[in-house]
Amino acid sequence: MPRLSAYAAHAALIHLLTGFTFGGLMLADKGIPIHPSLVRLLPAHIDLLLFGWTAQLAMAVAYWILPRHSQAPKRGNERIAQISFIALNLGVLLVGFSPWAGLAEVLHFAGRTMQFLGIAAFIYIALPRVKPSGSTG
Amino acid sequence: MPRLTRWYLRSALLYLVLALLVALLLAARPLAMLPPALLRLQPTFFHLFMVGWVTQLIFGVVYWMFPKYSREQPHRSETLAWSTFILLNLGLLLRVIAEPLHSPGETSPWGFLLALSALLQWFAGVGFVINTWSRVKVR
Repeated sequence: MPRLSAYAAHAALIHLLTGFTFGGLMLADKGIPIHPSLVRLLPAHIDLLLFGWTAQLAMAVAYWILPRHSQAPKRGNERIAQISFIALNLGVLLVGFSPWAGLAEVLHFAGRTMQFLGIAAFIYIALPRVKPSGSTG
Repeated sequence: MPRLTRWYLRSALLYLVLALLVALLLAARPLAMLPPALLRLQPTFFHLFMVGWVTQLIFGVVYWMFPKYSREQPHRSETLAWSTFILLNLGLLLRVIAEPLHSPGETSPWGFLLALSALLQWFAGVGFVINTWSRVKVR
């Protein structure tokens, strides 16, 4: 798989592990109360697993296996793909951890903006690759 | 398709049906005057869908399609992979049973089962990450 897909897949695995850890802590706390502040992990749990894990892994695999262009850059503009990877991960971290920071609402909005930019950049490079295998272009 | 992937995909489909049945029950609650305690099934529904269906489908396909670990061990550790599958399903089933029966804030055997369910699913996550990490390779 290309280097960027490997970075994204590894990042997705880290998000999966962190998201499962937060979810596990909250579920255990529901059964046997541990600490009341654990419920604040919920936004991070949701964002890490929905965007950081599920969406990012799908994007990593799509960047790897979608039909390539006949001419370089074969997988689309790599700089835009890198921007998509960085923006999505920054967005997940900002949204997930905004409840702990000051300016929580501002950070939440900034995180959602980064996520949107990350996904939009991915669509920009992935959409032209959605074509019959072997076709030119 | 490896045997473990077939198990993952079949149980994923089963959980999808189960998730939709729970969603149906939740939607019927106000119409059929069903007890408000059924609302406790809301997180069960989300997790049947996201862990039982989405995550298991991904785990199964990754186990099958990701680059081989080595010629001798294409899926890295078969034992760890099967343990992951069993732990995830045991943990999720325990949650499905214990969560609606447990009243938050009370100490009950269902609460202990919920905590055990959390631990089993967490171990499943760790097992999957360990087995998959080194199969993510640049070529």
